[in-house]
Amino acid sequence: MLPRLARFIHVIRFQKVSKVYARGARPALDRIELEVERGEFLFLVGASGSGKSTFLRLVLREERPTKGKVFVAGKDLSTISQWKVPHLRRGIGTVFQDFRLLENKTVYENVALALQVIGKPRHHVASTVPETLEMVGLAGKEKRFPHELSGGEQQRVAIARAFVNRPGILLADEPTGNLDPTTSVGIMRLLDRINRTGTTIVMATHDDEIVDQMRKRVVELVDGQAVRDQARGVYGAER
Amino acid sequence: MRVRFVLANCFQGLRRNLAMAVSVMLVTFVSLTFVGAAVLVQMQIANMKDDWYDAVEVSVFLCPDSSSAPTCASGEVTDEQAAEVLEVLESDSLSAYVDEVYTETKEEAHEAFQEQFGDQDWASRVTAEQMQMSYRVSLHDPEQYQVVADEVSGRTGVESVVDQRAILEPLFLVLNRVTALSAGLAAVMTLTAVLLITTTIRLSAMSRSKETSIMRLVGASNFFIQLPFMLEGAIAALAGAALAITGLWFGVNYLVEGWLAESFVWVNFVDTGDVWTIAPLLIGIGILLAAISSLVSLSRYTRV
Repeated sequence: MLPRLARFIHVIRFQKVSKVYARGARPALDRIELEVERGEFLFLVGASGSGKSTFLRLVLREERPTKGKVFVAGKDLSTISQWKVPHLRRGIGTVFQDFRLLENKTVYENVALALQVIGKPRHHVASTVPETLEMVGLAGKEKRFPHELSGGEQQRVAIARAFVNRPGILLADEPTGNLDPTTSVGIMRLLDRINRTGTTIVMATHDDEIVDQMRKRVVELVDGQAVRDQARGVYGAER
Repeated sequence: MRVRFVLANCFQGLRRNLAMAVSVMLVTFVSLTFVGAAVLVQMQIANMKDDWYDAVEVSVFLCPDSSSAPTCASGEVTDEQAAEVLEVLESDSLSAYVDEVYTETKEEAHEAFQEQFGDQDWASRVTAEQMQMSYRVSLHDPEQYQVVADEVSGRTGVESVVDQRAILEPLFLVLNRVTALSAGLAAVMTLTAVLLITTTIRLSAMSRSKETSIMRLVGASNFFIQLPFMLEGAIAALAGAALAITGLWFGVNYLVEGWLAESFVWVNFVDTGDVWTIAPLLIGIGILLAAISSLVSLSRYTRV
């Protein structure tokens, strides 16, 4: 495929990417070669320390690769300047296992913050936030504080915050890690809906039930190496 | 939206770290007060020099008939000797320094003497014959006294050369020492202010690290993240500057205008107008303090 064309199809591309945190240590990622297409839903599975989080941090440019190149939305992250990193991140939503909500702000304020800090006009915030909260199933809970919500609801707030700016990519780092199976299913339905709007989703997880149910593309990392890349895959190939 | 959001963040930070913000304000207040005092004392010195150096002159006293000075060994100055000294003073070589030479005769000296001390019993017994003749020399630049003194002192018939300016020197010396003391304290307090503002911003940044990490994650620009912290420092420092200006204004208003100027009417003192003149300087220094502190602390604690 022509490289010029490739950048329109692959939203994320890893080109022989290695990441070594400490000199002499085992690499957290080892020569990863991976392409994620627009609108794809990708599970990144593997044990703790297999390199899933490092992968996500490289996409966000919180880390730079030791070797190789990372492309996001056609841009080589090694060439974009430091002050343009915020613009890159505006196109990427991120969700974490621990929700990372601000306890002293209401549900509405937590979601609105994401738009306010990138300078969106007030009328845009006022119309987009309720719409997004409704989409994630939190209509009527705008004025609640995070501690008044269940874990699943808190994660929905976090997803609303990540998605409120309509990013092209959503990264999820163990989003169901703190939730019970029933609640997790609800969160996965929500992510699936977001995926259907055309948003590319990369989800790091070791929740085998979810992966087996969803039947999406699965990339398995073991000690920083991609050992399996399977369309409509399951968590463990051997099971 | 942006402005309101940034200000809300900033005031929230000030509220959370109120004690620190107040201490920043007070330290800035004290340091800028000393800076202002040093500047005002220098302005006072300049005022006095302007006023008094025009009036001061170099007096060349000629020998009276009973002087013990070695240059007066031959007795009272003769007319030729007096003419010779005048010639030197009015010569081309000194014309660059000498503005005007005024001859004060014995009679005139007696008159001035009587005017000053005439009501005293002993003074009325002093006769014109006991006075001495002198040349009063005004200079273009009073600082060039030494050149003139070197030319005429030591000549026969010249008893002594007196620089009236020398009378003022001790006063200026005291004022200059006050300036140095004030500036020294200002320097120490300014350093304290920078360190304190740095600490305040750091604490503020730490207490909001979760917030800033989320802001970074959703793509807020560095400037946007750091602005509230910078404003916190700047507001505290500006409040300190405002206090310093107020303090100096009251000081000058009550101490100088209300008391010194009443007691010493012949001195042209600094006034509250001068305080307003240096106000922008103090505000500028306050902003500079906050800016330097922000740069030092923020680059380290709120990195992307």
